[in-house]
Amino acid sequence: MRFLLTDEQREFARALDGMLGAAGVPAAARAWASGEHKPGRALWARLAQAGVFGLAVPERYAGAGRLPVELAVAFVELGRHAVPGPVVETVASAAFLTRLGDAGAAGAAAAGEWLPRIAAGDTVLSLAAGAPYALDADAADAVLVVEGDTVRRTDAHGPVQPSLDPVRRLSRPLGGTVLARDPAVSAAAAHARDLARLATAAQSLGLGRALLAATVAHVKQRTQFAVPLGSFQAVKHRLADALIGLELAEPLVYAAALAVAAGAPSAGREVAAAKAAAGEAGYATARTALQLHGAVGYTEELDLSLWIRKARPLRDAWGTPAECRTRVLEG
Amino acid sequence: MDLGFSAAEHAFRDEARSWLAGHVPATPLPSLETAEGFAAHREWERTLFADRWSVVTWPEEHGGRGASLVQWLLFEEEYHAAGAPGRVAQNGISLLAPTLFEHGTDEQRARVLRPMASGEVVWAQAWSEPESGSDLASLRSTATRTTGGWLLDGQKTWSSRAAFADRAFGLFRSDPDTARPHQGLTYLMFPLDAPGVTVRPIGRLDGKPAFAELFLDEVFVPDADVIGEPGQGWRVAMSTAGNERGLTLRSPGRYTAAAERLAALWRAAPAGTDPALGGRVADALTGARAYQLFAYAQASRLAAGHSLGAEPSLNKVFWSELDLALHETALELLGPYGALSDEAVEAPAHGSWAEGYTFALAGPIYAGTNEIQRDIIAERLLGLPKGRR
Repeated sequence: MRFLLTDEQREFARALDGMLGAAGVPAAARAWASGEHKPGRALWARLAQAGVFGLAVPERYAGAGRLPVELAVAFVELGRHAVPGPVVETVASAAFLTRLGDAGAAGAAAAGEWLPRIAAGDTVLSLAAGAPYALDADAADAVLVVEGDTVRRTDAHGPVQPSLDPVRRLSRPLGGTVLARDPAVSAAAAHARDLARLATAAQSLGLGRALLAATVAHVKQRTQFAVPLGSFQAVKHRLADALIGLELAEPLVYAAALAVAAGAPSAGREVAAAKAAAGEAGYATARTALQLHGAVGYTEELDLSLWIRKARPLRDAWGTPAECRTRVLEG
Repeated sequence: MDLGFSAAEHAFRDEARSWLAGHVPATPLPSLETAEGFAAHREWERTLFADRWSVVTWPEEHGGRGASLVQWLLFEEEYHAAGAPGRVAQNGISLLAPTLFEHGTDEQRARVLRPMASGEVVWAQAWSEPESGSDLASLRSTATRTTGGWLLDGQKTWSSRAAFADRAFGLFRSDPDTARPHQGLTYLMFPLDAPGVTVRPIGRLDGKPAFAELFLDEVFVPDADVIGEPGQGWRVAMSTAGNERGLTLRSPGRYTAAAERLAALWRAAPAGTDPALGGRVADALTGARAYQLFAYAQASRLAAGHSLGAEPSLNKVFWSELDLALHETALELLGPYGALSDEAVEAPAHGSWAEGYTFALAGPIYAGTNEIQRDIIAERLLGLPKGRR
């Protein structure tokens, strides 16, 4: 038992953190929110170059092999930097297509066509499974729509519905062609949902870490009543609670990643536990960040808004805390 | 990154499990906060010690097994899953013993540790005073030099287990003229039946004498019972405080076992039970698992040569709030039976939920209140400036 990230995994995180910190992510996110996807796609290419999407693609499809722990490491960094785009949906699509290919189903050809392109960063996919909207369908090359045993692919979507996080652009996928109709579809979709939950949980964790760091910096520097805000006990205790929530959610995320990697029977439950805990911790940290920044935190001008607005949808995407708790109880 | 256990760790777990299966009393012992229960728990400590399960991480020369922290975590999981009794020797084992290992003399270790681990000598803590709770360093009880030792005077309070315990350990002011309150303190051990000691048991919230006030009037303590250097007591004691609030006082096994029992209670709940309670059961399961994994990560870091610094404060806030939430949910699931005290003949599960709830209510207070812990987290882990408390 050595429940610690390896030096290589830490180095991977540091490299991504450094790259994203210098990549102008907030500007790309704001452009993305206005429907201008070019800077976001450039960022996407750099993520692919760093190997992020290959972590969800088997080696036989020109990926790095399925590496859920490394994927979680990467998605913590994507969350930390509030990276725009259907990053979760693309890696979940990769997991879905891989399973479909493994099952030898009618969609296996799609796996061969798309998985190498996903790993290379050339294809951006969105995924709608049991939800009316697809994330960023307007930016994606295609949307996979799963309904029961059927999966469709489509390029068409309805008008973008403005969302509470403007960077997350929601629209209804329309029409499309049937890719596969097979019992393997729903099993593959369940697996894809678990991977989406894991990646979203990791994003929530990274998002919370960034919000906590920004808020700690703010309360150290901001002075009222001639003392730093951070010297007041009410302020300290909120931040302490945020740290407790994030610190205790983190091991759940990595344990869930290990369970997914091992194909353990407990994986679904562990992923759900991690998703509920990390989603709640990220959102609670966002509430604390908002409160402790005061009025300026309530403005869209401050880049912090990109993080604050994302916390709630990440908490609820791919399984609300209530849904995840129900899954935990199923054992 | 690896959550798998080694063959040796599996073997250790299996050995503990089979020993516990053969020795844990079939029905719970009477509450350890009663005279009868205290005696029964003392006897249980002797049983544990006889087969070297009392203090598994101690060196063999002191009656332990030289087990690793990871093995201890596994032992604790098995211990609590087996429904084994609470540990009346806990205060000595988790608070005093680490201090003796770090700051004591060979003579002290040889004299004190084995009787502590076997339950022959049960230890109480003597930290708090009527005017010194969270602000412990303001304490006023004194240790005055005398021939061959010290004379203790003053008053200690909230002394857990002291109603029935044999000896106590705590801090005393040996030099009244220091610049700062943390200076001039001395860490001493003393017998509770010595001349000059008066023990007044205090009923906790349910009336059981779980702690006591100690009145000390020229109580003689030989030099051999000073731990560390006189005047260095604060530094000596703080090594204990970290142990108390962190892992070693409350292992994750306690909560993973309780959460599983809670889940069983939920599954057996009558039709029509509020489904919202299910969410709270899930949170207890998830919280217990989180603490377990957090502890595995801490053990891994310690094994890799890192230290935990102020991190045990995170543990303390988390487990104390988890414990309370878990028991509150249990009482609610029990409906009308949740109102029964552990002494009620009809109390579910031999009163263990009621006893656990009463015990959990104290968690956010003892071992450094959760307010103090949050201050420590904010100042030492997040780097926020010190301010008025």
